[in-house]
Amino acid sequence: MAVADSHDTAHDDHHDHGEFIAHHFDSAEQQFDSGKLGIWIFLVTEVLFFSGLFVAYTLWRNHHPEVFEQAHVFLNKYLGGMNTIVLLFSSLTMALAVRSAQLGKNKQCSLYLLITMVCASMFLGVKAVEYSHKWDMGIFVRSAFDFHAGHHAAEPGTLAASLGVSPYLIKLSFIPAILLVGCIVASVIGKMTEKPLLSKFLVGMAVTVGGYFLGVVVGQVFVAATEGGSHASVVSPTEPLMLHAMTSEDGDHQAGDGEEHDHAEGEKHDHADGEIHETHHNEHHDDAHAMDHGPDPSKFDRDIGTFFSIYYCMTGLHAIHIIGGIIALAWLYWRSLAAHWRPDYFGPVDFVGLYWHLVDLIWIYLFPLLYLIE
Amino acid sequence: MSSEAIRNTFGTPETHFLNHEKGWKSWAFTLDHKRIGIMYLIGVNVALIMAGIFALVLRSHLWSFDGTGPVKLSNEMYNQMFTLHGAVMVFSFIIPSVPAALGNIVLPMMLGAKDVAFPRMNLASFYLWIAGTGCLLAAILSGNGLDTGWTFYTPYSIETETGVIYATFGAFILGFSSIFTGLNFLVTVNTMRAKGQTWFKLPLFLWSLYATSIIQVLATPVLGITLLMLIAEKTMHIGIFDPKYGGDPVLFQHFFWFYSHPAVYIMILPAMGVISELISVYSQKKIFGYSFIAFSSIAIALLGFLVWGHHMFTSGQSQVVTLIFSAITFTVAIPSAVKVFNWLATLYKGSILLSTPMCYALSFIFLFGIGGLTGLFLGALSTDIHLHDTYFVVAHFHFVMVGGTLTALLGGVFHWWPKIFGRMYNDTLGRISCFLVFTGFNLTFFPQFVMGARGMPRRYATYDPEFQIFHQYSTIGAFVLGFGIVMAYSVLLYAAFKGPRCGSNPFRAASLEWQSSSPPDFHNFTHKVVMTDPYDFDTQVYDEELDTYVHRELAQPTKPVEADPQPATH
Repeated sequence: MAVADSHDTAHDDHHDHGEFIAHHFDSAEQQFDSGKLGIWIFLVTEVLFFSGLFVAYTLWRNHHPEVFEQAHVFLNKYLGGMNTIVLLFSSLTMALAVRSAQLGKNKQCSLYLLITMVCASMFLGVKAVEYSHKWDMGIFVRSAFDFHAGHHAAEPGTLAASLGVSPYLIKLSFIPAILLVGCIVASVIGKMTEKPLLSKFLVGMAVTVGGYFLGVVVGQVFVAATEGGSHASVVSPTEPLMLHAMTSEDGDHQAGDGEEHDHAEGEKHDHADGEIHETHHNEHHDDAHAMDHGPDPSKFDRDIGTFFSIYYCMTGLHAIHIIGGIIALAWLYWRSLAAHWRPDYFGPVDFVGLYWHLVDLIWIYLFPLLYLIE
Repeated sequence: MSSEAIRNTFGTPETHFLNHEKGWKSWAFTLDHKRIGIMYLIGVNVALIMAGIFALVLRSHLWSFDGTGPVKLSNEMYNQMFTLHGAVMVFSFIIPSVPAALGNIVLPMMLGAKDVAFPRMNLASFYLWIAGTGCLLAAILSGNGLDTGWTFYTPYSIETETGVIYATFGAFILGFSSIFTGLNFLVTVNTMRAKGQTWFKLPLFLWSLYATSIIQVLATPVLGITLLMLIAEKTMHIGIFDPKYGGDPVLFQHFFWFYSHPAVYIMILPAMGVISELISVYSQKKIFGYSFIAFSSIAIALLGFLVWGHHMFTSGQSQVVTLIFSAITFTVAIPSAVKVFNWLATLYKGSILLSTPMCYALSFIFLFGIGGLTGLFLGALSTDIHLHDTYFVVAHFHFVMVGGTLTALLGGVFHWWPKIFGRMYNDTLGRISCFLVFTGFNLTFFPQFVMGARGMPRRYATYDPEFQIFHQYSTIGAFVLGFGIVMAYSVLLYAAFKGPRCGSNPFRAASLEWQSSSPPDFHNFTHKVVMTDPYDFDTQVYDEELDTYVHRELAQPTKPVEADPQPATH
């Protein structure tokens, strides 16, 4: 194998046998082995990066199992399940993309990569529906947790109202919408200025971003079908009393913060808190007129806020990894269109593929841990 | 090989990595590990100077017990000063010092390779270092400073109005810089060793860098997520660490020390590797117990993950846990002692040359010995309860971090400086700098052991009058130490520009980097390296004409030395 004598000139001649071998490697094999080991080590760091959140999850679930049991019903397992299927399918197409790159079938590879990206994008679309749906109900992180059943009605006359969706969803979709328009416009310009490769790439990107909106639509349909437009139906019948407590007026949540000092004493008190919650629960059980007493800022609902803190941290970090994955996949897509892969050079597809499977795998753990608690 | 070719390789070459390209762009966008290493060396020393100035301000403030000394800081300023001193020293200086600066320059050459496996990632690591250090210092510019101590303990770090977010974000970025370096080194050592270089022909510096890289890769991500959670806690109050929202502040300590205890070994292991090289070369004796030193590095790296709880003996963790952490802490002493005894055994009957690097290496053994042994007092439960959060702790970790790592860094820089710049330093002045560093250091920190044992708590702006004399010794020592470090770098800087030329291997070292010219070629080697035992100094023969040592197969080739099939063309 010829060794390209300088890195800068390595990309000029596309038909040179050693075009993508960096100057400091002796052979394609050495370069591939280095990359492979590198990506595996990187994946180890990724697992450890998530580990902090998994530990936080484990501790909280250990200390407050009842909170997890009560809180997970707010998550729509049908949406989560569909996202799981979408991601699994994207892993399949990713594996197929690696296979096509190994065989040097660049065209096939680019198609599989495109499907993978669309799935990734769709995942984010569904996630956006989930998030906005939660925010509508005041389900935020611990300190801002402010649950109220039913949706905030979108203000009449706004885009959200006319589409019948959450205003949060409109805000979340703002950047994808800009990206979509940008990609389409840029691809038309590319076509006119006779840059076929760029134009083709941007069309692919537009399709990818389109996947997000597909996810949004599918997510909305799922929400409508499984929740009937209101939240109550997904909450299992054993929970109405808890909801009762939480539908009380919002004003006192802030006031209640001051009462939290007992938490400061550490672990021992946390267990005690658990008992207090039980008591609160029972009180509401007995007292059908809780509403009449005015708001009861039970710590119970704010503990549910901690569940959602963990939920947002974990799924948010995962979503950031999905976005990173899409960027990496886009780079591969570009290189597929430029027909860079050959049986002796397909490392980048392989490496990004491994990363993508890890991101998928993390979701495989997140889904049951967050959605399917029993 | 013709004599001309030998002259070109082992004399001073016309073109080398320092002059083959010119202009700031050739440095800012370089992918060459040697240039990145030099930029790192400059960077970490700028951090050292900054953090050192913070330290001198602190020490000046502590001159008198009631804060009426020559430098008067308000209590808030005092808190900010020691926090910045600690944070900059730990995250911006010590962690990248030996691996990212010296390691970057030396590691690929010790492997006979042209570069590290991922040169672009290497450059990215340096720019992340700049960005991270910038964020850390942005805490000062944010107007409020930073007053949490470098440990960012919750719940105080959540409540304080100071620039915790800037600083933690900076540390987060610096963590990625560290991961990039570690990942690069692991892969490079695994896949890019020269032909015939088995694991047990690696210089021990590489074993220690390998062990360090394992820690960097496994521990740093945990710090990353911890700091992100802290930022989320501070901005959104997610209730994981904040007791006000039902969180557990001690959980933060667990997460933090899960990284930061192994990070202690990120700081000391590469230094130990440098010392293994220096002791052997300057005794001209094969290193004693090669495999024991090699595996003790790995053992320290792995054990380092199991002892984080010894930072938390007084945090209220359970007695059983405390006991276990204490017991495991003692086991770390075993591999550390293995190293020290092997170094001593190497010195025994060696032909010891007390040149500057060796003086630093011997200082290291002495200071690290004290630093390590006082660690046992802190690892023991009963004494720790008394010594916790006193100056005894401060003195202990400064003996390890400064007496250990800084001393080894200086020794290593002196050792490899002629390789990097092809010029020799003034050995007498170098030795004087070592004497000043050693004396100043002991004067600074030895009194702190006494103070700590007598109950002087750390991080206090004022103190009881009975401690004043110790603090004054300490302050004088700090200035001597600072002067010694400045002198060491002055000697080196003068040598880099004006020093006499030296050949490729003035110290008769045998590891592969000495087979390249001084300064090395852009591709490191212009000939095929001759694989050799890194500690077999008999292979190096003196060449009178060149006034340097050359591997005997290269000096008097029994067979023609293969030329590089594609010589570097620039």
